[in-house]
Amino acid sequence: MKKLLALVLALALTLGMTAAFAEDLTLTIGHIGPQTGPAAVYGLATYRGAQIAADEITAADNGITVVLLNEDDAHDAEKSITAYNTVMDNGAQMIVGTTTTAPCIAVSAKAFEERVFMLTPSASSPDVTAENDNVYQLCFTDPNQGSASAAVIKDRALGTKIAVIYNNADAYSTGIYQTFIAKAEELGLEVVSTSTFTDDTTDYSVQVAAAKDAGADLVFLPIYYTPASQILIAANTIGYEPVFFGVDGMDGILTLEGFDTSLAEGVMLLTPFVADAKDELTVNFVAKYQELYNEVPNQFAADSYDCVYALVAAAQKAGVKTGDAAEDICDAMIAAMQELEIDGLTGHMTWNAEGEVDKIPTAMVIKNGVYVGLDN
Amino acid sequence: MAFLSNLVNGISLGSIYAMIALGYTMVYGIAKMLNFAHGDVIMVGAYLAFCAAQYWGLPPLVSLLVAMAACTVLGMTIEKLAYAPLRQATSLAVLITAIGMSYLLQNLALLIWGANPKVFPDLISLDSLHLFGGELVIKGATVVTIAANIVIMVVLTLFINRTKMGKAMRCVSEDRGAAELMGINVNRTISMTFAIGSCLAAVAGFLLCSSYPMLQPTTGSMPGIKAFTAAVFGGIGSIPGAMIGGILLGVIEILGKAYVSTELGDAIVFAVLIIVLLVRPTGLLGKPMREKV
Repeated sequence: MKKLLALVLALALTLGMTAAFAEDLTLTIGHIGPQTGPAAVYGLATYRGAQIAADEITAADNGITVVLLNEDDAHDAEKSITAYNTVMDNGAQMIVGTTTTAPCIAVSAKAFEERVFMLTPSASSPDVTAENDNVYQLCFTDPNQGSASAAVIKDRALGTKIAVIYNNADAYSTGIYQTFIAKAEELGLEVVSTSTFTDDTTDYSVQVAAAKDAGADLVFLPIYYTPASQILIAANTIGYEPVFFGVDGMDGILTLEGFDTSLAEGVMLLTPFVADAKDELTVNFVAKYQELYNEVPNQFAADSYDCVYALVAAAQKAGVKTGDAAEDICDAMIAAMQELEIDGLTGHMTWNAEGEVDKIPTAMVIKNGVYVGLDN
Repeated sequence: MAFLSNLVNGISLGSIYAMIALGYTMVYGIAKMLNFAHGDVIMVGAYLAFCAAQYWGLPPLVSLLVAMAACTVLGMTIEKLAYAPLRQATSLAVLITAIGMSYLLQNLALLIWGANPKVFPDLISLDSLHLFGGELVIKGATVVTIAANIVIMVVLTLFINRTKMGKAMRCVSEDRGAAELMGINVNRTISMTFAIGSCLAAVAGFLLCSSYPMLQPTTGSMPGIKAFTAAVFGGIGSIPGAMIGGILLGVIEILGKAYVSTELGDAIVFAVLIIVLLVRPTGLLGKPMREKV
């Protein structure tokens, strides 16, 4: 209901502003993300989410047209720079992206030099925003997720002996792990086992056995859903049934083709977006996404959808006009972002001067194959 | 008991490596080339078995046969189109072609099956063995993999040593030029080697995904590289060597992870490989003058 109200208000504001300016705005936004290669699932999701938002805004017929220029970077830093050059050559005024962290670090350094405003839907490492005042994030930063997870586990007394299994070849997973451990120590949570794997791991039996042997009753998984599914299968094989607690990367486990979702029953996770939520904004978005792409959107799609709305709102605030050059509007966009306050699919968001988003992750649990709030 | 359990997990992983290593060692031993696309043929085999079972509703054994037949054709096609024209080229050119082929297969798979990973269905309906009052669990897939390994090793050894085609393969392995002079059709022999290797790849893909049910276009890469290591470890070109190398590699990897550090698991594997190669440059079972395959 709050989201609906906010949407109506935002819409009213948008209409009011177009009336005030009485000038049509065509905003050209570049999207960069992996649409081939091992991380393709994320880039396709962010592209599709952004495209839906762009079409919606254009179709709303209030004088704003959003043109989305899409380029594939195959989750490769060098290709990402090429993709960035291509969209800039084609007249992009700002960027949604890049989707994945490592390419984003490379592109954001270049965008910083050339003064191009970037809002990434999903590159969650603090390295992305660290030195660059022109790069903003719409996803949680990794540190936030780690400490928020530890706090939820402590507050709700979800487990007394905790095991952690994380991917030590991945900046995302390692980042969350480090802040989780720090916060857990601060809160007095007992971590009894820590084990790691890499992107190339095929066998997870050792990690699961280590958690079981240490007597852990909660296993924290700051990892993506693909390895998480393998860990759930390995635990099931040896009859180990602790509470599994994941972060936003766990989202997607229920739509993993061929996966026996009964194994995910009782898995908890912190996530900003659930496709099963019943508010109108989410229901409409999910319906449209399914109609166009025949699959359930994940949080990457939702974050990217919100990115386009946030950019349009910020551009209006900054007084951006059709055809303005990227470097001329960058500073105005930065100022506008810090004042911006919007409600989207992934909740209520504001930004600080470092470019980090402030929004509340929701704790969810999987019951009967759907996400429900931990409080329900 | 924890040790025994880790040992079983190691053998389970190792028997998968062994199965893949058999394909590497076959092709290397006879065609004298490293077929880096082998891991990706495995991936294709696993996808085909997945499609046959999941989409077309075929029974597990028929799915496996479909994958084997399709991979055999795929392997022969790859050999004909990419490797045969390079028969007289330097081995480096062939190696690069193989790497190119590997990427081609991965990206074709991405195009056909998409980037979203799929969980391989449980096609081996053999129940897990619960020993020592449930303390030790051996998965049905592990039992099948080990049995399949032994059967394949015996059949391959008999084939190489007892049949006419096997004899031709040994000749080509020993001296390609002389074999040709003696009237052996070298092209046909190498093509046959690829057919067998790729057929084995389908079996390996099926078993790999039955034990570790994650299927995506890159599924074959890392097991492929580990299996290649196993083949070198055991002595490349030697069939029992591939088997022993594979199982040892799996056991070392799992025990290393369990008792030293999960972070150093892979480092330990490759450190052992380096030590073995320092002491025995031809691998455990490889002899410099040994008849290859």
